Amino acid sequence: MTLLQTRDLKAFYGDFQALFGIDLALAAGETVAIIGANGAGKTTLLRSVSGIIANAPEAVTLEGRPIGALAAPEVVALGIAMVPEGRKLFASLSVEENLLIGRYGRDVAGPWTLDSVYGLFPVLKERRNVPATALSGGQQQMVAIGRALMSNPRVLLCDEISLGLAPVVIRDIYAAFPRIRESGAAIVIVEQDIGQALRVAERVYCMMEGRVTLSGRPGELSREAIHAAYFGVHA
Amino acid sequence: MPPISGCMRDAPWPEDDGMSWLDTVVQGVLLGGLYALFAAGLSLVFGIMRLVNLAHGDLIVLAAYLILVLVTALGLNPFVAALVAMPIMFAAGWALQRLVLNRTLGDDILPPLLVTFGLSIVIQNALLEGFSADSRRIYAGGIETASLAIGPVNVGVMPLLTLASAVLAIVALNQLFYRTSLGRAFRATSDDPVTAGLMGIRPNRIFAQATGVAMVVVTIAALYLGTRANFDPATGPSRLIYAFEAVIIGGLGSLWGTLAGGIIIGVAQTVGAAVNPEWQILAGHVAFLAVLLARPRGLFPRAVD
Repeated sequence: MTLLQTRDLKAFYGDFQALFGIDLALAAGETVAIIGANGAGKTTLLRSVSGIIANAPEAVTLEGRPIGALAAPEVVALGIAMVPEGRKLFASLSVEENLLIGRYGRDVAGPWTLDSVYGLFPVLKERRNVPATALSGGQQQMVAIGRALMSNPRVLLCDEISLGLAPVVIRDIYAAFPRIRESGAAIVIVEQDIGQALRVAERVYCMMEGRVTLSGRPGELSREAIHAAYFGVHA
Repeated sequence: MPPISGCMRDAPWPEDDGMSWLDTVVQGVLLGGLYALFAAGLSLVFGIMRLVNLAHGDLIVLAAYLILVLVTALGLNPFVAALVAMPIMFAAGWALQRLVLNRTLGDDILPPLLVTFGLSIVIQNALLEGFSADSRRIYAGGIETASLAIGPVNVGVMPLLTLASAVLAIVALNQLFYRTSLGRAFRATSDDPVTAGLMGIRPNRIFAQATGVAMVVVTIAALYLGTRANFDPATGPSRLIYAFEAVIIGGLGSLWGTLAGGIIIGVAQTVGAAVNPEWQILAGHVAFLAVLLARPRGLFPRAVD
């Protein structure tokens, strides 16, 4: 059953068109990765779904309901939470306050509470009263993921969570994803790290210059096909 | 020994030097409480939405007239009238933010300055139209002249209440800021309104509530402004400058800093006046500049800007 869908999604920054009709579907509980080079439109796609960028109402649907024109706070309330690129933690808030504010717009019962987020990332509990931006990059990313989980989302959008982090730290963070998936959330992961994306996702979309150039299951996609879709050259 | 009368005019209170200076400083601290009340609302609004409200002083005067009307028309005690005025001013602040000021916020800092400057003129002239230019005063039934002997110093009951109210208001605002969900939303929105939106926070609503809260503090300030001295429709801007100075030397966004700033200006003014009555206002401004020279970001700047 399709939970989230985009249909002919177009996005603009002023006169500049960033997305040229994206068709994407996400089933309940599914994990999908979106890969592509810088400027491919991955972040724009997530910003459109999360309501930071307004679109035509029908361009994004949640269980058939048009949500493309809704603003970010309304989208969160429906159960779509985002881990933004660069983490974007609130500097004036402690680690725990950053987590708590994650349920400001959607305070519903579910698997994710302060305790279960601390269970997922125990290091955060030790540092709960520290200003969030005083943590290491990896720990900050854990706060950003935990903050999004606090709303018990049906869809979790993760934008470039490996950006700027050491490989060992990235591995630690991705180790949490099976448990996030078990909680029932569908996950969209935007990554430049193709290997990571292929390991964690059930399906992959590859984007280039604002268009989807390839999609399929990781095992069914050849390296050459991904290369071509990613860089636009035939190796 | 004959009295040395020639020297008496130069030195202030040579008959009892130490005690008089103590008295002067105490009066200055109490005056600082009033300035802190003027400034707390300004500090709150600036801290959350980076909005410099040039009409803040006029809003205090507007609230003073509202209390005056409640006192004269309904025969209320001024303190009760202020309690009645608080929700009215909260609603007025909420509506002002939703209908007017939110539309001025953005990357450009000029529109809010221009709009609140215009609002200042509108309020002054509306009050002039409604209440004439006569100076008015809120009578509090004799409590204005009551005083208490605290140790060697006599302090007025109203100035004492003013300082106590300022401290209470700042404690309450800090509790709101650091202990409640709304306070977290205030701080998050101040940090990053776009990401706050991803948390389900609607910045425009948060700003409206913040301005509403600021107007409640404005109402408290108005009560003490109106009972302490005469006011007229043009009183606002001269009060605004002390509020600005208190906010800036306290460190932008820090409420305790705002109280400290108010007290520094209050003490500087009373000490200046004790040395020479002509120096009262000047001494406050000099203290402001001196603190800025030593600490350009104020005494207690917030860790992040």
